[in-house]
Amino acid sequence: MSEHAAIHAEVTQWLSQHWDPDMDLLSWRSLVADSGWGAPNWPSDYYGKDLSPQQTAVVEQAFAEFGAVGAAQSGVRMLAAVTLLAHGSHEQKQKYLRGILTGEDQWCQLFSEPGSGSDLAGATTRADLRGDQWIVNGQKVWNTSAHHAQYGLLLARTNWDAPKHQGLTYFIINMEQPGVEVRQLAQMNGHASFNEVFMTDAVVSREDLVGTEGGGWQCAMTTLANERRSFDRARDVAGRKGRQGKIFADLEAEFAIANEPYTWYPQRAGRVDLVMPRATETGAINDPATRQDIARLHIMAECAKWTGDRAKAAAKAGKPQGPEGSLGKLAASNVARLASRVHTAISGNDALLTGQTSPMEGLIAEILVSTPAISIAGGTDEIQKNIIAERVLGLPKEPRFDDGPFRDVRRNTQAPSEG
Amino acid sequence: MALAFTADQDQFRDSIQRFMTDKMPTTEIRRLMATTRGFDDETWRQVSDQLALPGIHIPEDFGGAGFGAVELSIACEEMGRSLFCGPFFSSAVLSAYALMLTGDEDQLDPWLADIASGTRRGCLAITEHSTLWHDADINTLAKTDSDGQIRLHGDKRFVIDGQTADLFIVAARSESGIGLYLVPDHDPQLGITPLDTMDPTRKMADLHLDGVPAIQLTHQPEQLLQTLLNVACVCLANEMVGGAQQLLQSALDYTQLRFQFGRSIASFQAIKHRLADLLLEVELARSAAYQAAQTLAACKNLRSLSPSQANKLTEHASLAKAAASETYLQAGLETIQLHGGIGFTWENDTHLWFKRAKSSEVLFGTPAEHRERMLTAIEDAATTTEDAA
Repeated sequence: MSEHAAIHAEVTQWLSQHWDPDMDLLSWRSLVADSGWGAPNWPSDYYGKDLSPQQTAVVEQAFAEFGAVGAAQSGVRMLAAVTLLAHGSHEQKQKYLRGILTGEDQWCQLFSEPGSGSDLAGATTRADLRGDQWIVNGQKVWNTSAHHAQYGLLLARTNWDAPKHQGLTYFIINMEQPGVEVRQLAQMNGHASFNEVFMTDAVVSREDLVGTEGGGWQCAMTTLANERRSFDRARDVAGRKGRQGKIFADLEAEFAIANEPYTWYPQRAGRVDLVMPRATETGAINDPATRQDIARLHIMAECAKWTGDRAKAAAKAGKPQGPEGSLGKLAASNVARLASRVHTAISGNDALLTGQTSPMEGLIAEILVSTPAISIAGGTDEIQKNIIAERVLGLPKEPRFDDGPFRDVRRNTQAPSEG
Repeated sequence: MALAFTADQDQFRDSIQRFMTDKMPTTEIRRLMATTRGFDDETWRQVSDQLALPGIHIPEDFGGAGFGAVELSIACEEMGRSLFCGPFFSSAVLSAYALMLTGDEDQLDPWLADIASGTRRGCLAITEHSTLWHDADINTLAKTDSDGQIRLHGDKRFVIDGQTADLFIVAARSESGIGLYLVPDHDPQLGITPLDTMDPTRKMADLHLDGVPAIQLTHQPEQLLQTLLNVACVCLANEMVGGAQQLLQSALDYTQLRFQFGRSIASFQAIKHRLADLLLEVELARSAAYQAAQTLAACKNLRSLSPSQANKLTEHASLAKAAASETYLQAGLETIQLHGGIGFTWENDTHLWFKRAKSSEVLFGTPAEHRERMLTAIEDAATTTEDAA
């Protein structure tokens, strides 16, 4: 028996002994987490089995074939896990990783601020050590799921005399305390996926400092590097809708909450898939000018897809990454923007409407008011272009004016009482 | 579908690049573009003998190297990058494919083999009035004399390398429909008028056929002219991507060298963002051209394509042509702009590629025409699928 077949058999054996769809979700996931099959690529000291990514895929495959629910892996919780596994203390891993896998704890990211978005390292939320506690004051923004999170991944300034990247520290903050106020942020498309988080003398224990004091930037980079992957998992869950058993009802309820911030994301990307059906349905397909627009969009979307395929093919062939690997986000912005224009052209006067009586029960309107987000979220187009120009094309950097002690750096949110 | 090149293909590309760097500097391009012939016989002989490029995609039975459309596209891309002056596109791409689509064994043996070896230079005469090679546009007539000799009567326009070719393949109409005819040599009844082209590196001529004796190429596959147009578009798209990459490189080099206000102008975001946008455009067009080459390579028998193969080839060929045309022109415009005033001078080399971009934009149909052609192919494919279901 091959190694992978052996793993598959072992997992299936374990599942046939333990799986019970009438269990509640939390009890089942506790079993999974403690068995090591919930996160088999994690270290065996921390709820894992030291398996490789390929072996882990076999485990996931076995769960899927058996029809069993796995550990909670969607959302920001996985970013927390990756960061803690890389930088956390033994105590932190013991304390937090299990709750991540069982789904008991939700996590959110507290990085961006009103005064530091693209320039994330300019954060001015402060943490000051008073006795055995860090006292946190400041405001964070764009915090997905913060309104039902138990813990936050907090980036705060602990040293105002160090250069900006070196004065930041990474903390785990308990969101359920009087000093933390979460306000949902209404968006122009009617959804409220993000929050503002106000911290007023909020408390973080010394044990919840992750990594080293002043080493927050490195930890934040680990979190951000894994940001893209975290959304893939939610889709796995969606495929299990309609199964019988308490566990599936629990799962559906959990998913409805967890996925709520993301329901408009496909519309944000422009819904190129709806263009031809809509053009046929409305008759816009017969208008020569609209046909040109539709064709332009098709060309751009296909080229973007093939460029991604080229990047994957090169990686598979063991070639160094070429420019094609860095262009996906910028290409996606252009596709969404053009798609929004084409949908408008196709809908004509109906693009004046929104809600249930508008085309596709409001879906088209949601595209039109959601696409402006895609060129901002996760790094603006302008930042993407800087990265492409400097790292891919090797062009010289802009002169910077933010070296030296952070307290002397000019910024747009100046708190007079600093330091 | 594989969109990564093999190590052999990378090596093949490198060998062409080295040759072109050596033999086709812009001083040589400028010398050749000022001549009527437009190319150097010795360089053409080396391209044929040393690199064996004209036969790269021609079967070994007919003296070629037996590779396919992907290798041919690599050659086209590198020639586009270096602005190679020579009858490669007219002879090795257009004429060779025309023969492979229509010739029988006896016809392929002398003519295709001669094209593979570079000893003969073919040209393809299809265009009369319309750009997209519709059958309805072919008014040139193939008439059979009482002695059984076929003679061609009509006018052909924009024939690439028509003034230097020694083999003419002409689309004409007879009672049996549209076919290709071969004029194996110059003839007193064949009038050739060189055209004053904006792009002096791509020579063209008009042909006047006043009863020119010709040989009928045996096969008349369905959609012959459209298949040829697809081949032309796939290869031209790859050529254009090479040219666009060269323009981008020149813009990158110049903006880093040029200092104003005490800093390299490439350090300004106003410049950087334009270059990042241009890189994105070039890479997107490159993906389209590479994909189109793969699609062409996957058509194992171009003479009898299934409806779905034909639709897919048309979709991808027109998509690549439209994408690469717009990108190449945009790269030309941006590169001139990023050079400032010097970019508008004759002395600066940018206009050589700009004019090739301008010529490639229109050749075989404008981007708008190809967008429409692509969309029609997508609709046809959908209809065909529905009919089948």
